[in-house]
Amino acid sequence: MGDICVYTISIPKYKRMNSQLPNKQTFTKESLKKQFRLSEFLAEKIISTIAFLSIAIIFLIFIFVFKESLPLFSFGNKEKAKTEIQSTTANKPETYGSTTEELKPETYGAEPTEELKPETYGSEPVSQNDLKPETYGDTPKEDLTVASADETMDAVSENKEGADKTWSTFFTTEWVPVSDNPRFGLLGLLIGTLKVTIIAMLIAGPLAIFAALYTSCFASKRVKEIIKPIIEMLAAFPSVVIGFFALMVLASFFQNVFGYDSRLNAFIGGVAMALAAIPIIYTISEDALAAVPKTYTEASLALGASKWQTAFFVILPAATPGIFAALLLGVGRVFGETMIALMATGNAALVSANPFESVRTFAATIGSEMSETVFGDTHYSVLFFIGSLLFIFSFALNAVAEFYVKGKLLKKFQGK
Amino acid sequence: MDKVLKNTGVHFFSSKKSASDIKGKIFVGVTQLAVILIIAILFIILGIIVYEGRAKFSWEFISSFPTNGMTEGGIFPALIGTFILVIVMSIAAVPFGTITALYLTEYASENSKFAAAVRFSVRTLAVVPSIIFGLFGLGFFIQFLGAGADTAFNGGQLRWGQPNILWASLTMSLLTLPVIIVSVEEALKTIPRELREASLALGATKWQTIKKVVLPGSVSGIMTGTILAVSRGAGEVAPILFTGAAYYLATLPGSLSDQFMNLGYHIYIMSTQSSDVEKTMPIQFATTLVLLILTLSLNIVAVIIRSRIRRKAK
Repeated sequence: MGDICVYTISIPKYKRMNSQLPNKQTFTKESLKKQFRLSEFLAEKIISTIAFLSIAIIFLIFIFVFKESLPLFSFGNKEKAKTEIQSTTANKPETYGSTTEELKPETYGAEPTEELKPETYGSEPVSQNDLKPETYGDTPKEDLTVASADETMDAVSENKEGADKTWSTFFTTEWVPVSDNPRFGLLGLLIGTLKVTIIAMLIAGPLAIFAALYTSCFASKRVKEIIKPIIEMLAAFPSVVIGFFALMVLASFFQNVFGYDSRLNAFIGGVAMALAAIPIIYTISEDALAAVPKTYTEASLALGASKWQTAFFVILPAATPGIFAALLLGVGRVFGETMIALMATGNAALVSANPFESVRTFAATIGSEMSETVFGDTHYSVLFFIGSLLFIFSFALNAVAEFYVKGKLLKKFQGK
Repeated sequence: MDKVLKNTGVHFFSSKKSASDIKGKIFVGVTQLAVILIIAILFIILGIIVYEGRAKFSWEFISSFPTNGMTEGGIFPALIGTFILVIVMSIAAVPFGTITALYLTEYASENSKFAAAVRFSVRTLAVVPSIIFGLFGLGFFIQFLGAGADTAFNGGQLRWGQPNILWASLTMSLLTLPVIIVSVEEALKTIPRELREASLALGATKWQTIKKVVLPGSVSGIMTGTILAVSRGAGEVAPILFTGAAYYLATLPGSLSDQFMNLGYHIYIMSTQSSDVEKTMPIQFATTLVLLILTLSLNIVAVIIRSRIRRKAK
């Protein structure tokens, strides 16, 4: 609560001005007690309630993103209950939960090899739309009645199979969300995301850290005041602008230089994302470097070390935890970056070690496919599931950066 | 003996020193190069976009509707859509951001667990990928609030349960909330403690002090936060991909339940899904130029105000 108390002094008003010391007897325990004022109380309560909102938002984000992916987790007995509930309210096409799994009995029998078209989406939207109504959505009524009539046990087992099936495709590399036999291989996307992240961090990390080192250790005060805002201005570039620049200019430029086949690829995406990550890494590392106590520098200089030796062997190691945090947040930025990935990586989930091949990242997958999905179908749930993974990942990164790093820094600088 | 030692010693040190000098020069040079490279890239991007975009960039381009299947004409509806978006977003985000910052600086005690949790949440909000906000907007605002409101008040008729400008703005306001909180908090911290204490000593209550002393002193901080948030909100595309942005609209949005066009989304659509990317290239560059001018100038204004606040604090 508040640390300032309202003292009531029981001296008549006209006397207060002149009395140098208030009469000591008036400070009884009673009079020292904080006076209760309704408006103050309300103001404080309202303000802290609103502050609570930002905690609530974090929880709500997790709950609502995760909730939409729940159908993927429903197996077994719970399903039975759900099916029965749904059979009573059967004519809602939007019921998530078991619906989608049940709607797919036709697809089970189909041979997995029937049609291998890895990049059907996007290119022929018409055929997808033709496929969709057959496989899921729109006609849940008849299917549900069939499923829930007297074959509930059957439905349950089928369900389990269906959910298991979706799960088992997660660990493959094929991402074919729209087909008779949809496969949601997250591995391909994971590899793509990692590839782009690594390329981006290899470029952005050293550049940003060196720049931060120059700014905080070598640059004169005047130069520093010019450099810092300019580099931080890079953060004001919207990611769609960077993506556009990569798509229109960088892609052609690097294709001319290296002469690879696919114009948009992991490398282009990585370079563009490095541009987005540089200001974050730069700002945080610069702060960390500037926070190293001056005594460190002075001690090192006094021992005869030169300026650069001090920077490299004293200041840099001392600021390592902060720089580590900067890199983590940079990874978080790149990992979840959507627009640049959508525009510059080529968006084909190919698995290869070649950095000049097209890739597809998690975030780009959500961004490009969400608007094409039908509310409540498996594809929709899988995209939300990817979203929850991204959220958990960025949350964890931030938590590590916050607690681990801060603790370490404090210990270090307090000499414990 | 002594002399010899001294001589060798000097010799030893001086030779080492020169070697380390070269190393040092290389090292400083590398760091300097990094700075130059980053700044060069920044100006190259800026230069190319200005150079390619200037041909089409005109008042007519800004003030006219796209025509001929978006292959000709201007970007007026996208610009207006962006304006409405950032205005509604600010209306939602600025009060909440300011009050949260007030709590953190004025009410929270040093080692309160709750305040630490609030701070952590704010920082988490700042690092959550923007696409997640889009998913949240879809799951919470549209499917939960919107569809819920429709079944409750509209008798199941679809009005709010679909992407529109209100949900997009609210989604964006969550994304920009940390920007505002951080700026306002910084401004609040620059108000000297003596001012607060003087106010309290005169018998003002805490809330009166905040209202009459603290808030007026931090107006410029709130402004900085708002400007930065607007700059961010105008440029972000991922959160509005499926919460309200539209490919093409012949009319301006008339109510909050309409969809809208957006500058960033326009760039994305035109450069990746347009029927003739080559032909519309000048339009794309000009649109990018408009967006860049918008976000950069807002940012520069914010930086100037902020540096003034800092100078005043010193």
